[in-house]
Amino acid sequence: MIQILKYVLRDVLRARFVLFYTLFLLLSTSLLLQLDSDPDKAVMSLLNIVLLVVPLVSIIFTTIHYFNSYEFILLLMAQPIDRRSVFLSQYLGVALSLCAAFAVGVGVPALLFGVASKMGLMILVGMASTIVFVSLAFLSTSFTRDKAKGIGIALLFWFYFSLIYDGILLWVVYSFSDYPMETATLVLSSLNPIDLARITMLLSLDASALMGYTGAFFKNFFGSGLGISFTAAMMLMWMFWPVQVSLRRFKKNDL
Amino acid sequence: MISLQKVSKKYGKLNVLSEVTLDLKAGHCYALLGPNGSGKTTLIKSILGMAIPDSGEVKVANQNIAGQYQYRKWIGYMPQIGQYPGGLRMAQLFDMMKSLRMDVKNTDEELIESLGLRPLMDKRMYSLSGGTRQKVSAALAFLFNPTILILDEPTAGLDPLAVQILKEKLLREKAAGKLFLITSHILSDLDDLVTDTIYLFEGVVRYHSSIVDLKTETGEASFAKAIASLIRTQDLQIKELIG
Repeated sequence: MIQILKYVLRDVLRARFVLFYTLFLLLSTSLLLQLDSDPDKAVMSLLNIVLLVVPLVSIIFTTIHYFNSYEFILLLMAQPIDRRSVFLSQYLGVALSLCAAFAVGVGVPALLFGVASKMGLMILVGMASTIVFVSLAFLSTSFTRDKAKGIGIALLFWFYFSLIYDGILLWVVYSFSDYPMETATLVLSSLNPIDLARITMLLSLDASALMGYTGAFFKNFFGSGLGISFTAAMMLMWMFWPVQVSLRRFKKNDL
Repeated sequence: MISLQKVSKKYGKLNVLSEVTLDLKAGHCYALLGPNGSGKTTLIKSILGMAIPDSGEVKVANQNIAGQYQYRKWIGYMPQIGQYPGGLRMAQLFDMMKSLRMDVKNTDEELIESLGLRPLMDKRMYSLSGGTRQKVSAALAFLFNPTILILDEPTAGLDPLAVQILKEKLLREKAAGKLFLITSHILSDLDDLVTDTIYLFEGVVRYHSSIVDLKTETGEASFAKAIASLIRTQDLQIKELIG
């Protein structure tokens, strides 16, 4: 499997896309840190980019890469190699390179500007969302053998988690505004990995004061030891269940 | 060596294979014949574990292959259309395959030389012509000295010289007691190679006997003519059925 992983990594790096992605992150992080003297504000602005761009790039790049590697997968399947190793090396190859790109792209400017301590959590959250969306991309590839359809499903996932879900959440909160909704909002937002990432970051920046009573409630929960382990557990679940499902499907699918 | 027990496979509503039962023995060369869309490639893919049968079992060397992968070390496979990662150079492709098969010490690189692939080693795979890609597939199939060779349309797209080289290689390997399963539409290519024929029609094995039987039954002297007459009678039967 290490052998295959090596070839997948080489393939990903040769595509040069990961390089451009790293440069983009380097540039935007440096610019934001340059423009804003208050690192907290810079982190907030960066957060918005991270929550929009990182999921999109991760899910689309992974889906395209998977379909472009189809020949490679076919070639391996005629050899005495099990499907699990083929799948996992594809997954790890993409997830590792995108995580590395993010860590370098955000981490290097943070170190240079001396705000590494503020950025630590951001890098962690960014890498977690990268892994979540790489997993979701693999899930979308397991539904179809058609590249265009696969990318369509991947885009749908992205739209759902970054736009549609929050719309639904707002609508629910608004319609039931006569009732105490704190616990329900808390549960509902933890069902969306992007919301989880956003809440984690906002609370760490003390921006929760802007969110009134709900903010205080969230801070109370997510700030506690229980809340932190809950967030971590939910994020881990978001990282692993889509891969688990798609691995199971990959083992059963015809190639 | 390979045995299939009531293997069935559906794609949607289409029965691609229905209860195919076959027993393939070492030292024989099986020609897998049948019109387009009769399930030949699906049959091959289910032996390789790429297509998973809905029911029935496939055994290779007395071992059920469901969920297994180690058995593929005995099989050399030449696909109908060789698809390779385009960015790789040919040398990198061969190196990669060898690095994935560290268990094989003595690789068989005869076809790389005789098909003239050596001078093309630094070409990228996307820049190769269909025929050259087919030669790469052939060389890869023989590379690890497999005891079973599954060749899907091996001669399609090859020039006559390459066909001759490949055929001589096949004859030599057959003499060494290997098992061959070959599909081909170009019947004359297989004439002096095939020992048994498997005729697949709409997912059902219709004919399976030694080539001598086939020639006497159809009253034709050459293999190609015998098969053609077999397909004709099959057609006639269908036309009668349709009325």
